[in-house]
Amino acid sequence: MSAIGSLGGAGGRTKTAPDRPEKRRLTPYWLLVPGMAWLLIFFVVPMVFLGSQSLQTGSFEDGTKLTWNFSIYWETLRGYWPHYARSIGFAALATIAALLIGYPLAYMIAHKSGRWKNILLVLVIAPFFTSFLIRTLAWKTILSSGGPVVWFFQQTHLTDLLQWLHLTDKDTLLATPFAVIAGLTYNFLPFMVLPLYASLDRLDHRLLEAAGDLYSRPFTAFRRVTLPLSMPGVVAGTLLTFIPAAGDYINSVLLGNTRSTMIGQVIDGQFLRVLDYPQAATMSFILLIIILAIVMTYVRRSGTEELV
Amino acid sequence: MGTPDSAPSAPLLRGLTRRRFLGGVLGLGSAAALSACSTPGLEKYGLDARAATDLSSGQKVVNWSNWPEYVDVNDKTQRHPSLDQFKKATGITVRYTEDVTDNDVIFAKLKPALAAGRDTGRDLVVVTDWMIERMIRLTWAQEIDHGNIPNLKNLEPTLLNVSFDKGRKFSIPWQSGFTGVAYNPKATDGVKVTSVDQLLHDKRLKGKVTLLTELRDTVGLTMLAMGKDPSDFQESEFYDAIDVLRDAKAAGQIQGFTGNEYGQGLAAGDIAACMAWTGDVVQLQADNPHLGYVLPKAGHMLWSDNFFIPNQAAHKTNAEKLINWYYQPKIAAEVEDYVNYIPTVVGVQDILVKEDPDVAKNPLIFPDAKVRSTSHVFQGVSAQQDTEFNRAFQALIGG
Repeated sequence: MSAIGSLGGAGGRTKTAPDRPEKRRLTPYWLLVPGMAWLLIFFVVPMVFLGSQSLQTGSFEDGTKLTWNFSIYWETLRGYWPHYARSIGFAALATIAALLIGYPLAYMIAHKSGRWKNILLVLVIAPFFTSFLIRTLAWKTILSSGGPVVWFFQQTHLTDLLQWLHLTDKDTLLATPFAVIAGLTYNFLPFMVLPLYASLDRLDHRLLEAAGDLYSRPFTAFRRVTLPLSMPGVVAGTLLTFIPAAGDYINSVLLGNTRSTMIGQVIDGQFLRVLDYPQAATMSFILLIIILAIVMTYVRRSGTEELV
Repeated sequence: MGTPDSAPSAPLLRGLTRRRFLGGVLGLGSAAALSACSTPGLEKYGLDARAATDLSSGQKVVNWSNWPEYVDVNDKTQRHPSLDQFKKATGITVRYTEDVTDNDVIFAKLKPALAAGRDTGRDLVVVTDWMIERMIRLTWAQEIDHGNIPNLKNLEPTLLNVSFDKGRKFSIPWQSGFTGVAYNPKATDGVKVTSVDQLLHDKRLKGKVTLLTELRDTVGLTMLAMGKDPSDFQESEFYDAIDVLRDAKAAGQIQGFTGNEYGQGLAAGDIAACMAWTGDVVQLQADNPHLGYVLPKAGHMLWSDNFFIPNQAAHKTNAEKLINWYYQPKIAAEVEDYVNYIPTVVGVQDILVKEDPDVAKNPLIFPDAKVRSTSHVFQGVSAQQDTEFNRAFQALIGG
């Protein structure tokens, strides 16, 4: 996404002698035209339609008219705030879980895997060879009652822990918030691993040797050298995981219960089944704004502004 | 990024700040906004305007969209014998697609073409009663020429004069089925589940019950359990049923609302009991004979999936010939032997008694008159009710 856009950003410095200034001033704008056109057609226009649709009233059969019905935003927030909160919460937990699993994995692939590196990278992407739906359905079998995973969780009393955390409500795993978060983590893990790998792979080993020469323990070297240098990967990975996870609904439909409904599922119902397009547009717009606000704050805080 | 005062890139950076850039984009966007002020309503098409030039005589094909596993399959060759026989008998090739997985999803797929008065690329589509009702209301279904379907005389008489299509001018039934209650005795600790009331309130089933995402099945069965008739009810009674369902959901009784996918969970025991469709359960019981299925004493729902010919379909006559083909009891029996729903063609049972007595004896495939007398079909709804009921039901499912 925008992270990719920044790659070409620093290349503008040339050493040509100053020729006609006006011409030179216009060139960057011409170069921007294809990008702008793309943004206009595939982002701005749909966004305006969505915004406009959300403020219309009427019915699907008789047509809808723009009536600047702003009250729908307030009503939607009041009626569906738990769904938004849940979506953000689940996505955040899944992102943290993916980071905890993905970081060691990416580190191992980048630095410890030797000649297995390429094979391991292919394995990270391998799940994409089958459909998202099939992969999620497989989790129904994995977490099914009477299966080995549930047995293991019960033997180790992890089920009690999950119950205490309110992530499950019985001695089972399927059809619980835990299952939804696990599904999200699994489905978006590659989006975490690949950017992490890209930034860890570039890490200069000599920096770690230098840290060692200066009597830093391995952990200190990790904390003060490896981690800061991999921060762009962490930020890109968390964004690529969090954003799609917050809007996902397949996982909550297939792995959740009636009290783990995420906002994507509600939008799907309004759009597809009730055919209430203004309501669906409003919900999508609110989700967009919430995610944008979170992402902006996060990126500002993490100090890697070149990502946006 | 480059430092702001490094000469060559400076004009761009100074001239085009992020704010100005966004301002420009928003300006262009507001131009688009003017064109997005309203969404037009749907045009109505008269009977004459719905038909396209029929290419049937020149092109010996018919495009049929159906639900998955809803026609006979030869397990060895993975071909559909009844379709191959049709080709042999008439020379017409059937392009058979299993792309109807959900009434609302197929509606969303067909809508752009039908609303614009264009061909959908499909000559025959199979959808459930209430979607037929909507298609007829929107004037998106073509009138079927009964002259091309002499075998329609074999139609099960109770299905001829349905509320949404008296005399079957726009739709012909493909399969029927009941909605009742299924349970897995292993997951209920041996408790028998015999009523919807028990599904919604028996604490032993708490959190292990699923209902259906089909409004008419879930609300219909609930109404019956409340002593109301889903084929003839007041609006307030609909909302009463929604309230009962909401209470059960709030009490944690209900695990979820599903389509066909309840089968796997029921067999595995993740679902202890659920609302379920007959044909699914008959197929499930083949591998899991211990599963129980009950048509509640309070009554059960009867539904049909029906053929309709979308507007502007290019091979209407071929489509009618295909319907005629399946209204031969012998061919219908071939299909029934595989799909195990309730046939809509009279005379199928007599054929199967000889060919596959197990199927012929199954009361879920060939219900007797006593069972049929407790079947209910959900009443027809107006456009406004269609929206309002859906809204209330979706609020229940996703709320």
